[in-house]
Amino acid sequence: MALSLNEPDFIIERDEERCIACRVCVRQCANDVHFYDAEDDRVLSHNDQCVGCHRCVALCPTDALGVRRNPLEFRPHANWTGQKLYDIYKQAETGGMLLTGMGCDEPYRIYWDHMLLNASQVTNPSIDPLREPMELKTYLGAKPEQVTFEEDEDGEPSLKTKVAPQLQLETPIMFSAMSYGSISFNACLSLARAATGAGTFYNTGEGGLHPDLYEYGPNTIAQVASGRFGVHLDYLNTAAALEIKIGQGAKPGIGGHLPGEKVTQDVSRTRMIPEGTDALSPAPHHDIYSIEDLRQLIYALKEATGYEKPVSVKVAAVHNVAPIASGIVRAGADIVAIDGLRGGTGAAPTIIRNNVGIPIELALAAVDRRLREEGIRHRASLVVAGSIRNSADIVKAIALGADAVYVATSALVAMGCHLCQNCYTGKCNWGIATQDPYLTKRLNPNIGERRLVNLLRAWSLEIREMMGGMGVNSVDSLRGNRDHLRGVGLNQTELDALGIRLAGS
Amino acid sequence: MRTLIIGNSAAAVGVVESMRQHDKEAEIIVVSEEPYEMIYSRPLLSHYLGAEIEKSRLAYRGQDFHERHDVMPILGTRIVRIEPEEHRVRAASGEVYAYDKLVISTGGTPIVPPIPGVQTGGVYTFTRLDDAEGIVQGLTEGAVRRCIVVGGGMIGMKTVDALMKRGVSVTILELAPRILGAALDETGSRMMTELLTSAGVEVLTENTVEEIQSSEGHIESVTLRDGRILDCDLLVFGIGVRPNAGLAEEAGIEVNRGVVVDQYMRTSKPDIYAAGDVAEAYDLVVDMNRTVAIWPNAYRQGAVAGAHIAGVSRLDEGGVAMNTVEVCDVPAMSIGNGNVSGEDCEVLVEHDAENHRYKRLVLQGDCLVGAILVGDVGRAGIYTGLIRSRVDVSDCRDGLLHQHFGLLSLPDQYRKHIVTGLGIEV
Amino acid sequence: MKRIVVHEEYCIGCRLCEVHCLVQHSKSRDIIKAFNLERPQVMPRVMVEESGPISFALQCRHCLEPTCVEACPSGAMRREEEAGTVTLDQDRCVGCWMCIMVCPVGAIQQNLAGTSVASKCDLCYGAEMPACVANCPNEALTYEEVKAGGKS
Repeated sequence: MALSLNEPDFIIERDEERCIACRVCVRQCANDVHFYDAEDDRVLSHNDQCVGCHRCVALCPTDALGVRRNPLEFRPHANWTGQKLYDIYKQAETGGMLLTGMGCDEPYRIYWDHMLLNASQVTNPSIDPLREPMELKTYLGAKPEQVTFEEDEDGEPSLKTKVAPQLQLETPIMFSAMSYGSISFNACLSLARAATGAGTFYNTGEGGLHPDLYEYGPNTIAQVASGRFGVHLDYLNTAAALEIKIGQGAKPGIGGHLPGEKVTQDVSRTRMIPEGTDALSPAPHHDIYSIEDLRQLIYALKEATGYEKPVSVKVAAVHNVAPIASGIVRAGADIVAIDGLRGGTGAAPTIIRNNVGIPIELALAAVDRRLREEGIRHRASLVVAGSIRNSADIVKAIALGADAVYVATSALVAMGCHLCQNCYTGKCNWGIATQDPYLTKRLNPNIGERRLVNLLRAWSLEIREMMGGMGVNSVDSLRGNRDHLRGVGLNQTELDALGIRLAGS
Repeated sequence: MRTLIIGNSAAAVGVVESMRQHDKEAEIIVVSEEPYEMIYSRPLLSHYLGAEIEKSRLAYRGQDFHERHDVMPILGTRIVRIEPEEHRVRAASGEVYAYDKLVISTGGTPIVPPIPGVQTGGVYTFTRLDDAEGIVQGLTEGAVRRCIVVGGGMIGMKTVDALMKRGVSVTILELAPRILGAALDETGSRMMTELLTSAGVEVLTENTVEEIQSSEGHIESVTLRDGRILDCDLLVFGIGVRPNAGLAEEAGIEVNRGVVVDQYMRTSKPDIYAAGDVAEAYDLVVDMNRTVAIWPNAYRQGAVAGAHIAGVSRLDEGGVAMNTVEVCDVPAMSIGNGNVSGEDCEVLVEHDAENHRYKRLVLQGDCLVGAILVGDVGRAGIYTGLIRSRVDVSDCRDGLLHQHFGLLSLPDQYRKHIVTGLGIEV
Repeated sequence: MKRIVVHEEYCIGCRLCEVHCLVQHSKSRDIIKAFNLERPQVMPRVMVEESGPISFALQCRHCLEPTCVEACPSGAMRREEEAGTVTLDQDRCVGCWMCIMVCPVGAIQQNLAGTSVASKCDLCYGAEMPACVANCPNEALTYEEVKAGGKS
């Protein structure tokens, strides 16, 4: 090939004094960055293939390795940044769309970081979560208009109202949809076990359910997406809840594409498609062109599962997300899941990921307000996704009106992901976004499960601590309580959109 | 309860150690013809002869072995009669020892052919410490310059290698057309012969000593079958060992070549066991009883007998004939039926003449039955394991000679069984 | 009895077990010195077998009825009754390779670099956790209490 104008993204720094030529880095890099020169008994590197995943750095037993950004600099240009130029070079060379993985990495305003939480002082006592009960238990599903009770002959009261099916979460955090295919079986297993261990739910994505994961069905949300991969009656009935996926925050409006190389025998069986064929999820559901059509699918799923499981509808956060959410609730969904601009993906065109959709904070504020205004907020729970990075983001999301959050990127990071954004290559050195049996072994599900459970535990502890500080002793009291939020560095329009006041006011 | 063991070598140690695993109380008496306190290792004698190790390192177990295991040793005492009905044995000295359980581990006696003039100085066999001491004395006195080793088998080769290390000139006489004929195939034999001759050893095959000439009660020369006369100061017979089964035979115990035992090492008489070189025990490769005078079998048979005496049922799965020898720093191993050929056999061979590496594997049906390894003997035990466990290797035969042969070359189930650890539940 | 348990489904073939085993048995116990300065370099007593995506680390299994102890004519190979471990006294080993000939695991190696004697896992001499286990990044080796069972 002619001269390539693309320079390496990273530079490997090897401390020759510390390198013992043990070749652990050589064996661990699926991108073949490191290689051993037997003649000189030295390990060397090809910088251009490095994706910056730090696998080699993490495993190097002598800390001899470092990975630095390539310091090559262009003449400064606020408009034509180096990345923009490289993107053009790449496209000029390949003629193709640029692909990427994970969520939008452009520096759009992160509203979580411009909202601050309240704490009690003097007039309203704070609560010590170590001494007093602090309820994180969350129920997802449609809530009744009112509840009525009845008494039996002995005067024992019981609930008379028939309550729609609910999901019970021990903490308001769930693992969002990641399909078997986009991530490895061991990653799915880690998520399933962690969800079970922590008393919450994970989501199959549109990859179907591997037979070995059926035992985790009570903690599984089974997704039904436009490709309908792996959807059958057992699949629906095994899960605790169902989710119709309309869109995804990382790539609103477009479908999915799992390349044939990732469709291994196991993946093909689980997805019910031929081995080695590309799994193409259409952009729209070809049977949904209106809220009425959506209603039909919601009720088809409810019929199929005997009205025993809540049905969720997941949409990407886009411009008219509030009326869309309203339509979804009216169509009969028990849960509305909204995925924001910064939500992750295993593969998306970079241009879509970085330019389509809106931040989840604004979408959430708009949807919660709209549903309240319409008096239908109780008819569905609201779950938000799209870059929940820590427990404070969760508390802020709940205060803005969410019932619970979905996390995926954080879960992957807990399992070792370094956000190199190369998921789509299938060469994930951390054994997560790959089906290569040589790589998938790298994620020991025992470790994955343990780290995920730890993360949920740690975040739950922090949520209790923050709630206690606010003088709130249950998530129910925090939900939609925007008085607990104040904005900093936001203009009035933004404050209004979020429905919060400026800090100090 | 008293257990009496005749003999004080590998089998006896096996009996004692295995008994004491299960029974700390029972009385154990070891009666040995040899006077040595030290339980010495016969296979190490060649290393001692070759001046690779000090005499003290011949000790197979520590000096306190008998004390630590609460064993009463009666040394320098030869047992001359077993009286099974009375449950007692008689020593040459006239002493009588009663027993509840008896283990015959009397070993074997090296064969000395009835050659004219053989009863003279400087003629040795090589299985006992006394033999080694005698030879070493001759060597250190500088009286030995030319040696003849009669017998090109394993014991002969070990002697030759040791003598070479002592810097004396050595001639091997082998009656068969090639040395190591029982252990190795033709290629293996040829490789070892080449190594020996290039190191200056004279290898004479289809030849043997017809007569020994002495002067002043010491060997001076030998007359060979081909009529040649060779001068020598030392002659060592290494042509095999005959089981010391006479004692048992006279007591009415069933004896073929050796004392016939079942898979618990029980002889035909109640409460009498036999183990070691004297025993004719089950060999799982040939699927019949036979005497195989090798150290691992002796120890294991002793351990099996000891366990049974202690009331623990441990069935001997049988022995596999095997041995290893190193000549000029090139090791050679023979395991099971590595040397057979024939229509019912499939033979896999890899030969790297330049680096003195050779492997020959013999399969019968779907199982490995033998292996010969020269040069590269790494991980040889995996082959032994396959032979012992009669593993069906039909699906992995291509991997058996692979450069990176290992457990990964084996059937999954067997591999997992081995990796789990033998006798260990995980 | 504690044993090293091998989980081949999680072995990633990085060979850090070999690296750290070598360091543990080196003179300095310093990783950089052990590899870059000490000569002859000691050899690891754990070996990784690898073929395609399947790999596992393997060291002496410390069998209940060790064939190597049966076969060892020098008394160098011993089974320590109390600890239940199989130990090799390299000072007594004469390098006859009988143990290599009988070990069905192939866990004993010839140490030809220094002294010509056999070499095998010593569970890091009663350390709380052997170096290979402590340094396995994926818990493909674990150190567990196990039961002695019948020969299976």
